[in-house]
Amino acid sequence: MIENISIYELLTLSTILFFIGLYGFLTRKNLITMLMAIELLLNTSVINFVVINKYLYPNMLQGVYFSIFIIAVAAAETALAISIIINLYRLKTSVDIAETETMKY
Amino acid sequence: MDFSYTIFILIIPIATFLLLGFFYNKIKPAISGWIGVFALSVVAVLSYYTAYQYFFNVGKVEGKFQTFFGFKTNWMNFTETLRIDMGILLDPISIMMLVVVSTISLMAHIYSRGYMKGDRGYTKFFAFLSLFTFAMMGLVVATNLFQIYIFWELVGVSSYLLIGFYYEKPSAVAAAKKAFIVTRFADLGFLIGILLMGYYGGSYDFMELNNPEGPAIMNWASSSFMGLSVITWALILMFMGGAGKSAMLPFHIWLPDAMEGPTPVSALIHAATMVVAGVYLVARMFPMFHFVEDGFALYVVAWVGAISSLFAAIIALTQKDIKRVLAFSTMSQIGYMMLALGVSKYEGHEGLGYMASMWHLFTHAMFKALLFLAAGSVIHAVHSNYLKDMGGLRKYMPITNITFLIAALSISGFPFTAGFFSKDEILLAAFEHNKPIYFITLLVAGLTAFYMFRLYFGIFWGKKKEYEHAPHESPWSMTIPLLFLAFMSIASGYLPFSEWLTPDRVGFHGHLNYTMAAIAVTVGLIGIIIAWLFYKNPTNYPAKISAASGKLYKWAFNKFYFDEVYIFITHNIIFKRISAPFAWFDKKVVDGTMEGIGNKTVSLSKAIKGVQSGKVQDYAFAFAGGVFVLVLIVIYMI
Repeated sequence: MIENISIYELLTLSTILFFIGLYGFLTRKNLITMLMAIELLLNTSVINFVVINKYLYPNMLQGVYFSIFIIAVAAAETALAISIIINLYRLKTSVDIAETETMKY
Repeated sequence: MDFSYTIFILIIPIATFLLLGFFYNKIKPAISGWIGVFALSVVAVLSYYTAYQYFFNVGKVEGKFQTFFGFKTNWMNFTETLRIDMGILLDPISIMMLVVVSTISLMAHIYSRGYMKGDRGYTKFFAFLSLFTFAMMGLVVATNLFQIYIFWELVGVSSYLLIGFYYEKPSAVAAAKKAFIVTRFADLGFLIGILLMGYYGGSYDFMELNNPEGPAIMNWASSSFMGLSVITWALILMFMGGAGKSAMLPFHIWLPDAMEGPTPVSALIHAATMVVAGVYLVARMFPMFHFVEDGFALYVVAWVGAISSLFAAIIALTQKDIKRVLAFSTMSQIGYMMLALGVSKYEGHEGLGYMASMWHLFTHAMFKALLFLAAGSVIHAVHSNYLKDMGGLRKYMPITNITFLIAALSISGFPFTAGFFSKDEILLAAFEHNKPIYFITLLVAGLTAFYMFRLYFGIFWGKKKEYEHAPHESPWSMTIPLLFLAFMSIASGYLPFSEWLTPDRVGFHGHLNYTMAAIAVTVGLIGIIIAWLFYKNPTNYPAKISAASGKLYKWAFNKFYFDEVYIFITHNIIFKRISAPFAWFDKKVVDGTMEGIGNKTVSLSKAIKGVQSGKVQDYAFAFAGGVFVLVLIVIYMI
């Protein structure tokens, strides 16, 4: 499909993206940015599904279907997360992660 | 004859108690008093009817009084023979007690309507009186040892409630606690006695235990402990419970303090009914006491009674609070009953002591209740318990004066009063079977006459005293019981007790022994005359004599320091030497261990609670780190 690109390069890309997403999720203070980081994490798994499907079973499409599933779930999840964030904003007039630290000891 | 209606003798008082107790705030005092009096009148009528039916119509079958059951139910079965029933047992002594309790209780109820007028706890007072009546009725009709024990404790509780009736007075609270704790301690002996009796005697039932041919009496020698039969030990322990309730040495210390209660309570509970429960218990178990080990336990009863009677009479000479004089007098007279039981034998005329004891119980209930109620009438008028605040009251309170005089004559054994007859039988019984006790009894008779007339002259004659407000005679509700009891204090001497109440239930024809009577009357008259000389007009003889007797007077006045000895033993020995180390161990070691575990848990959780920070990113980091470590392990270790 894509000539001269090996599976290693594609998996390296997805790994780099995964750690960028993880780093973003662990360090950002803004809830929206954290949501974006989560999308990044999901996307790396989508890439992995597609790539591994392509290189291991080129005649089958399960991996592609799964990637579509994940995109759909991600869309739903984003809608839910945004609604939570909006409600939180109405309550606290802020989308800072520090505002959510009320459930503790 | 169907005696099943006797269940109402128990149901009516408890129903009255519940009614007055639950609707304590709703019922007006004027009505609650009448409810109590009415309920008790019904109970009294039922008791009198039962007594009439029993003694005159159906009781005697083939020349012997039979035992009837008004009600009997099987409650708890342990083994084939060992079981606890609930029931109503009707025999001569229980019916005699029903009459005594209902009569005195009715009189106390009527009297309380006047005496307690205006008191805040008026309705509560009548509720407690009903509770007491219920408990006492249940005690006398008990069919077995456990039933008597249950009601025994109920009587103790109602006594506690009534002694502490003026609960705002610290002395009343202390007296109530003292009475409860001392009698509870004695009841521990009673309980152990009951358990021993159940284990070695094989039954709790009075009918089975007291059958002279039954296994419990026949096999008393089968087991022994420290030289005595275990059954004898059980009887002595049960007598310990009886001594606690009946204020015998050395458990008498609660009775004088119990006078903190309202006077009708003193008359009903601490003179006439509850305090004779111990006598009743010994009488109830009399065949066992008599047949087991040739009556050794009965010998103990006789001497405890005799010594208590003398001891209390000596103290009564010196007391200044009129209710305390009467309390010690009660103790002394109960000692009489005990010693009369103690010297009694079983068959025919030999059962004289038993009969005399029961008769004296009856007459004593009448005249001692009268003395207390009359004293209450005086206290009501003078607002003081002390002899020094009284004197010359005969002009102000004629009815109280006459009735008190009758009661005092009766207790002193003046001819043709009730006390004369019953006391004569006691003296005769003591003379026939135990000479040393006879002389003690005679001495006590003289002392009794003296201290009783010391009271009488001190209150109604004596010094001319000016009162701030002139005392006046009590209202009718108080004087009617006085008059009725005064009548009974004479009339109850003419009942044919010797035909009704004998240990073998056959009865004998009793008659007055004129020699005995003459000696007793002489001794009593000497007591009265000395009191007349000393106290009719104020003289300085009493002061001289008390000064001359020095130490003895001081000891008697301080009740031979029994209270102090008890306080010393409980505080200095038991509390300090035994309880304090145990308390230390409990506080430091037992509690310390548990508290240490608790404290450690708290500090540990404080140290690690930061983990629950509420920061989502921290949790995510921990999760990611954990996954990373797991991955490393999976890759490099496996």
